[in-house]
Amino acid sequence: MTAALRLKLENIVKEYPGCRANDGIDLTVGAGEIHALLGENGAGKSTLMKVIYGVVQPDEGRMIWNGHPVTVDSPARAREMGIGMVFQHFSLFETLTVAENIALGLPADEARDRRKLDQRIREVSGRYGMALDPRRYVSTLSVGERQRVEIVRCLIQESTLLILDEPTSVLTPQEVTALFATLRQLSSEGCSILFISHKLEEVRSLCHNATVLRQGKVSGGCRPGEVSAVDIARLMVGDDTPISTQVSAAQAGDVLLGVRNLGCKRRDPFGTSLTDVSFELRQGEIVGIAGVAGNGQDELLKALSGEIRPDRGSMDLDSMRMNALSPAQRRKLGVAVVPEERLGRGAVPGMSLAQNALLTASGQDLVDRGIIRFGRVRAFSREVIRRFGVRCTGEDSTAASLSGGNLQKYIIGREALQNPRLLVASHPTWGVDVGSAVAIHEALVKLRDEGASILLISEDLDELFQLCSRIGALCEGRLSPLACTAELSIEQLGEWMAGGFDSGEASHAAA
Amino acid sequence: MELLTNILAAMVVAGTPLLLVALGELICERSGVLNLGQEGMMLMGAVAGFVVALTTGSLAVAVFAAVFAGIGMALLFAFMAVTLAANQYAAGLALTIFGTGLSAFVGAGFVGESINGFERVAIPLLSDIPVIGRVLFHQDLLVYFSLVAFAGIWLFLHHSRGGLLLRAVGEDPEAANANGLKVLVVRYLAVAFGGGMAGLAGAYLSLAYTPMWTENMTAGRGWIALALVVFATWRPERVLIGAWLFGAASILHLVLQGLGWRASTELLAMLPYVVTILMLILLSFDPVRTRLNTPLSLGQPYRPSH
Repeated sequence: MTAALRLKLENIVKEYPGCRANDGIDLTVGAGEIHALLGENGAGKSTLMKVIYGVVQPDEGRMIWNGHPVTVDSPARAREMGIGMVFQHFSLFETLTVAENIALGLPADEARDRRKLDQRIREVSGRYGMALDPRRYVSTLSVGERQRVEIVRCLIQESTLLILDEPTSVLTPQEVTALFATLRQLSSEGCSILFISHKLEEVRSLCHNATVLRQGKVSGGCRPGEVSAVDIARLMVGDDTPISTQVSAAQAGDVLLGVRNLGCKRRDPFGTSLTDVSFELRQGEIVGIAGVAGNGQDELLKALSGEIRPDRGSMDLDSMRMNALSPAQRRKLGVAVVPEERLGRGAVPGMSLAQNALLTASGQDLVDRGIIRFGRVRAFSREVIRRFGVRCTGEDSTAASLSGGNLQKYIIGREALQNPRLLVASHPTWGVDVGSAVAIHEALVKLRDEGASILLISEDLDELFQLCSRIGALCEGRLSPLACTAELSIEQLGEWMAGGFDSGEASHAAA
Repeated sequence: MELLTNILAAMVVAGTPLLLVALGELICERSGVLNLGQEGMMLMGAVAGFVVALTTGSLAVAVFAAVFAGIGMALLFAFMAVTLAANQYAAGLALTIFGTGLSAFVGAGFVGESINGFERVAIPLLSDIPVIGRVLFHQDLLVYFSLVAFAGIWLFLHHSRGGLLLRAVGEDPEAANANGLKVLVVRYLAVAFGGGMAGLAGAYLSLAYTPMWTENMTAGRGWIALALVVFATWRPERVLIGAWLFGAASILHLVLQGLGWRASTELLAMLPYVVTILMLILLSFDPVRTRLNTPLSLGQPYRPSH
């Protein structure tokens, strides 16, 4: 790059109690450069972004902006300077309209004339191919549309550096293509982009340069287009961690779970209703459900676990009608559930690992006539920790004290040790480090080989293609046909995720 | 007709203190701060207004004194609940207990005294409209102020940048901070406004409704206001309806007794509270609209991260 330097960070240090999140980080981004910031969860990417955007103050180090040393003491200051940020969890207000959300970030005099602002939003969003209606409430927008609002907001503020935190994790493949086209257009106009991701193929296709972080330090830099994804992954995880699981072919047996025309009217006004969901799940196979968050995944999981009762249709486990059974009764039949939120639904944050084991595994002889047998609880918990390689100080550590990956290994292990016949897992490797993700994938495959049926709900398409024998997608509460992974193209799945399938036609393309 | 007009006019008067305090609390809660100290702030406003009116003889000065007493109390609360990020429920309850005690102490020497309260002022032309003229435009100045305040707050919430900031901070202070808004400043202003309105509501009781001071003269209106704001789903137009409904129900027992009804006074005195809450529960049944108007961060202290 010959372009002028836009941002230069020198020796940034940020220390939190018990952890040095950023330990002497250097980073340079040129004008019009798309720069990738890579690293595992906990590598210090988020902290570094927050430092640049003025959300937190670094303990040491210098920041140079367009050639001048600066101190960014607040996000407002960062925006004045021309730094815009799109958070992974959007900082939008659901109860306000698109225009109101954008007006909040503008100086008062620019936001006063609403009609003019509406006009400007239409103009900017049109120019970059991101159609938006300024009058709609954010609560009615899809995740992809919300992201557009965030980006358009930054553009209207005339940002010259756009920070995007894992922007593609919530998009369909088609939306990703459209986003990349927008980003390339911005880059060609001189806007710098700091692109945070752990999806290496995307980084390779989009970014000019990359900086890789590991444990708070820069572990290397590269031109992503010129090296292989494996080389970059090595920089991210170090030399001693396996990068992916080898998955053997599944030997599917008889049908275990039959879901027919399942319908659930939404309870939460901003939730999704399930409509006519039908599928079959065989013993010894993993079936994947793809889809953008908020399209009924949570409702499907709850309907299967028994947290909500369906209004229509049927769910049969073997020949047992499950519709009216409580979660506890289903658990007795061998239904295990790993929900999306680890802290709060999968485990109680303030309770010890042993106590958390008791929550779902009490049927494993851990309770005798209402009295807890603590010896057995601890033994069970220790067994989970040992078998699944959970890194912790012991079964007495609280769930909240574990890292995401380790807690997830514990939760999956807790369910796996109960020999479930059906396991429903939602986003099991979301926000988990590569090492733990591999361990979790191995645990799922092992469970499958022991004859269990697994329903894997995930937004990570790589994960689905790697583990599942059949895949379908949820869109607005409807389920696409399920197709054999080997015969399914990523484009086809993308169309399904966007709703491109015939409703009600629950043909099992390759059942 | 004459009777109906009289009843409606009395309803507006009886509902006004509730309207004032509830509008203030609505603004406060829209910023995400729940101030359970309404009763205490109202009592302080009532006693401050009465004592100043008695000693200076000026109702205008008395009203200012009441408003500042309310704001003073509110700032005390804001220091605990916003600056120190203390538990809002505990801090609010403490404020009510403190205000109840302090107002009784300050007002102890003034029980039994009397003043000339606010007089009715007819607005030319408007007061000649049949029924509505008598009901809305032949009242005292504070009633007029409550109407202006209602209109102002409605406009502020839905059509001003300030209202946008307030709603944003109340929905998600973290996101508001990320957007560069000054969360703590917005919350301070909202709490102070709520205090001023509560002080004014107290003054209405001791300077207009019943121009005198008795201990605990707010009779739970501060608590009703809190319920009113929630069941009105944080919308000013519903607060207005609810407050006047409360006013209507609270004069109903006088009317019924006048008509020769025989019923337990205690039961009838309970009526306004029950009617208001039942009515508002029925009104707040639309989950989407409710969700769009609910300040999501209500009651949660916000600590800026470092």
